[in-house]
Amino acid sequence: MTQTNKNTTANKDDWLSICQLDDILPNMGCCALVNTADEQAKQIAIFRIISPTGEEQLFAVDNYCPFSHANIISRGIVGDLNNKIVVASPLYKQHFELSSGQCLEDESVFLNSYAVRLNGSTVELALSPLAKQQQKKA
Amino acid sequence: MSTKIKLVVIGNGPVGHKFLESLVDSGKSEDYEVTVFGEEPIPAYDRVHLTSWFKTQDVKDINMVSDGFYPNNNFTLHTGDKVTKIDRFKKVVVSENGVSVCYDKIILATGSFPFVPPVPGHQRDNIFVYRTIEDLEKITAAAKTGKVGAVIGGGLLGLEAAKALKNLDLETHVIEFAPRLMAVQIDDGGGQMLRKKIQDLGVSVHTQKNTQNIGDGDSTVHKMSFADGEELETDIIVFSAGIRPRDELARQAGLGMGARGGVVINNNCLTSDADIYAIGEVALWDNKIYGLIAPGNAMAQAAVDHLTQTGTSEFAGADMSTKLKLMGVDVASIGDAHGTTPNCRSYTYVNDREEVYKKIVVSEDDKYLLGAVLIGDAAEYGSLLQFMLNKMELPSEPEGLILPSVDGSSTGIGVDALPDSAVLCSCMNVSKADVIDAVQAGACDMAAIKSCTKAATGCGGCTALVTQVLNNELEKNGVEVNTDLCQHFAYTRQDLYNIIRVEKIKSFEELLAKHDSTSGMGLGCDICKPTAASIFASCWNEHIIDKKLHGLQDTNDYYMGNMQKDGTYSVVPRVAGGEITPEKLIVLGKVAKEFNLYTKITGGQRVDLFGARSEQLPAIWKILVDAGFETGHAYGKSLRTVKSCVGSTWCRYGVQDSMAMAILLENRYKGLRSPHKLKMAVSGCTRECAEAQSKDLGIIATENGWNMYVCGNGGMKPRHADLFAADLDDVTLIKYIDRLFMFYIRTADRLQRTSVWMDNMEGGLEYLKSVIIDDKLGLNSELEREMANVIDSYQCEWKTTIEDPEKLKRFTHFVNSKAQDDNIIFTTERQQIRPALASEKLATETV
Ligand SMILES: Cc1cc2nc3c(=O)[nH]c(=O)nc-3n(C[C@H](O)[C@H](O)[C@H](O)COP(=O)(O)OP(=O)(O)OC[C@H]3O[C@@H](n4cnc5c(N)ncnc54)[C@H](O)[C@@H]3O)c2cc1C
Ligand code: SF4
Ligand code: FES
Repeated sequence: MTQTNKNTTANKDDWLSICQLDDILPNMGCCALVNTADEQAKQIAIFRIISPTGEEQLFAVDNYCPFSHANIISRGIVGDLNNKIVVASPLYKQHFELSSGQCLEDESVFLNSYAVRLNGSTVELALSPLAKQQQKKA
Repeated sequence: MSTKIKLVVIGNGPVGHKFLESLVDSGKSEDYEVTVFGEEPIPAYDRVHLTSWFKTQDVKDINMVSDGFYPNNNFTLHTGDKVTKIDRFKKVVVSENGVSVCYDKIILATGSFPFVPPVPGHQRDNIFVYRTIEDLEKITAAAKTGKVGAVIGGGLLGLEAAKALKNLDLETHVIEFAPRLMAVQIDDGGGQMLRKKIQDLGVSVHTQKNTQNIGDGDSTVHKMSFADGEELETDIIVFSAGIRPRDELARQAGLGMGARGGVVINNNCLTSDADIYAIGEVALWDNKIYGLIAPGNAMAQAAVDHLTQTGTSEFAGADMSTKLKLMGVDVASIGDAHGTTPNCRSYTYVNDREEVYKKIVVSEDDKYLLGAVLIGDAAEYGSLLQFMLNKMELPSEPEGLILPSVDGSSTGIGVDALPDSAVLCSCMNVSKADVIDAVQAGACDMAAIKSCTKAATGCGGCTALVTQVLNNELEKNGVEVNTDLCQHFAYTRQDLYNIIRVEKIKSFEELLAKHDSTSGMGLGCDICKPTAASIFASCWNEHIIDKKLHGLQDTNDYYMGNMQKDGTYSVVPRVAGGEITPEKLIVLGKVAKEFNLYTKITGGQRVDLFGARSEQLPAIWKILVDAGFETGHAYGKSLRTVKSCVGSTWCRYGVQDSMAMAILLENRYKGLRSPHKLKMAVSGCTRECAEAQSKDLGIIATENGWNMYVCGNGGMKPRHADLFAADLDDVTLIKYIDRLFMFYIRTADRLQRTSVWMDNMEGGLEYLKSVIIDDKLGLNSELEREMANVIDSYQCEWKTTIEDPEKLKRFTHFVNSKAQDDNIIFTTERQQIRPALASEKLATETV
């Protein structure tokens, strides 16, 4: 934890800086706390995947597991299944594709996924899908 | 007013009981008023497995009667009451206790009795037969004071009796009249090999010995004198010189009898009286008595079919092929073992180094199998038997069937070639079609096949064949019998274990790079990663959240606590053997109070603290470690607990210090990672207060040491543990456990408990014994060494973790905030916390 940013408030296209890349261990996840446009705290699981060829990739999805109703996605084991990069939820082991958030066992279930990037050595996150949802509701 | 047909069953042995079961299965049992007489004091038990009574000396273990069977079906059972007369004119049977019952139909299932030749002295004390539980009780009692035992008769049952004497720690002799052992079933060459092997086991074999007199011994109870002038001193004698049908009732009633005894029956099992059936070993069909259980069961079915007119099966003779394990030696005999068919050919393979003898007898034209003898290795029994029974054409050069294959390929039978009607398991009369049906209905491993078809639950001789049919069928159904671990590794767990061990692979990256079947592009997955982590731990025992290993761990191992449904963890320190000082108990209480944790005593005799947030774990464990606690590995696929009773230290019944043994074992194996969790228990005497027989490894104290039980299970599929070895001293006990655990770790599938592991193992318990006790695979010193490495490299995972600031970082819930997960909400119930329900959470939010 090199940074705390409790008061970060996100606008649609804002890139929020979350942490340093080194704070996330290779091929593992961590959980970030961000505040949404309507001041609600939101938990997002960020994964750092290093392919066997050494390529770095970052993914961000909801940390809330819709099957167990607990905030645990970031603690799942990552891997690949049928050429998709996935995380397995640690309680009941459903798999979610990291890029889309789609659950592989149940088509109707998915996690929101978010844009995430590396800016220098800083991991940054954008909350666009969240914002979209808020708009839909309104 | 009853219009029911009065049915009297005489004899409550395995076949009489099978008849009753088949009657119930026919759906017609309510048409009958059934009365059963059994001479023995207890209801039917499994005589085939009589010898296993010694294990626990508890008849329950070989009982055949399911709970409530007699009352639920309104069958009247008179045990300990022998029928003395059948009056065919008045249609009444009369018993020794004075019960008389009218009958419309009789089932005669009186079995047979052991023949005792009238050698002078045969009525002396301390001379026994081997047929009933009472016989075994008497032999056990006599063995307490005796040192030497002799069995007269070297046939199948004689050798079984010899094994029992040997197990009772007697110097054991087998006396055979014929020039070789098992003269009926096996040929000369086979007999010689068998003799060699049995002598290797410390049993003296004396052939061509005609016992002429039994008198007083000089230093023992008896002295046996033989026709050739030699003598043998012994304390105990067991006669096993053949069986004779118990046909006295039938004889007195005037039924048709064979010249040498036995009640003559037809294909419907009817005797010369159309109201009396005879089944089992008392019955004579085509001038033959069948001394095996399978034909008896077939007769029972034929009798039910004819009596109730619900089926059409007839008894049409039976195959007498047998396969058995005598004192750990495989022996099999099929069909014309002696090659008496005119013009037949035979092929023999003898290997003196490995003490294996195999012979096949084939037809003149090499096309059909007529018989076989297998000693020392009977792996081919199943397929050879099928070749014979189904008259299947042999491959050209049939000798290939028994020759060891050079390239490892097997020339056995293709199971596809078997007709659906082929009986795979003759003990339980299970056909290929039955197995296929079971697979269609969803059975997909041997354990499931055993429980739904009963196949392979008798003598076990058919296990290999049934497994082949099962796998073949699964494959056809498109359930590819893919034993690959996952998409990333085209290996079984066992293969992967060997690869990691042999190539000394210590990281997942290296494993992927070298052996990934996706050609180096895969990341691994939630199957292979924890599996590899577990194997790494079993082999190299590095810290589980070491940098190169942590990403492989399941969350429970990663956080070294069990994740609960709300994402919190439980904290379970080790309390070896359940022994805890008041001081430590107070520490647990203080921690629970300080961190507001739900507190419960577990079945494993320790304390479980629930509701710890990940970020609280380090602080909690710091206090615990400082107070002298270690991690309890409640989260790992690893040794959990060694449950114990107080044993001889406090308990008036205890015969050994079970407490000290439990603590020693728990400390020895703590941290050992394995394919699935391992549980142990130690009881201080046979009262078994620690419930050791429900554990993967159970130990029960005896007067002389420890009895070791293996592969039990509680939980979803309860299974009583099997007695593995008796009266062990401490050192041997620990050696056996070291080897057994390491062998399990080496060979089990992922997440396979020891019970399923053994049930799926070809040869089961006996095979396991041969590996662990007799070192059949020559592995034991290696296994012991591997275990020693694990024990030497033990560390308390939590202690190491709290000393390492790098590792501690990862316990916070957020990477960018010190806040807590606000979704973890507790309410109070019975003065303790519990996770709030969704509805309760909503309520708190709106407040
Ligand atoms: C040690 C041992 C090992 C064996 N191993 C094998 C094996 O591996 N494979 C195999 O196929 N077979 C084996 N057998 C043989 C198998 O046990 C018998 O084939 C089977 O028990 C026959 O069953 P049964 O019911 O016909 O006769 P029994 O088992 O003899 O039962 C008959 C019962 O009737 C009772 N009875 C007799 N007369 C009366 C009466 N007048 N009134 C009331 N009750 C009466 C007897 O007391 C007895 O309980 C083994 C036998 C022994 C002893
Ligand atoms: S198993 Fe035996 S020694 Fe242990 S408590 Fe029970 S009675 Fe006592
Ligand atoms: S043949 Fe005996 S158990 Fe199957």
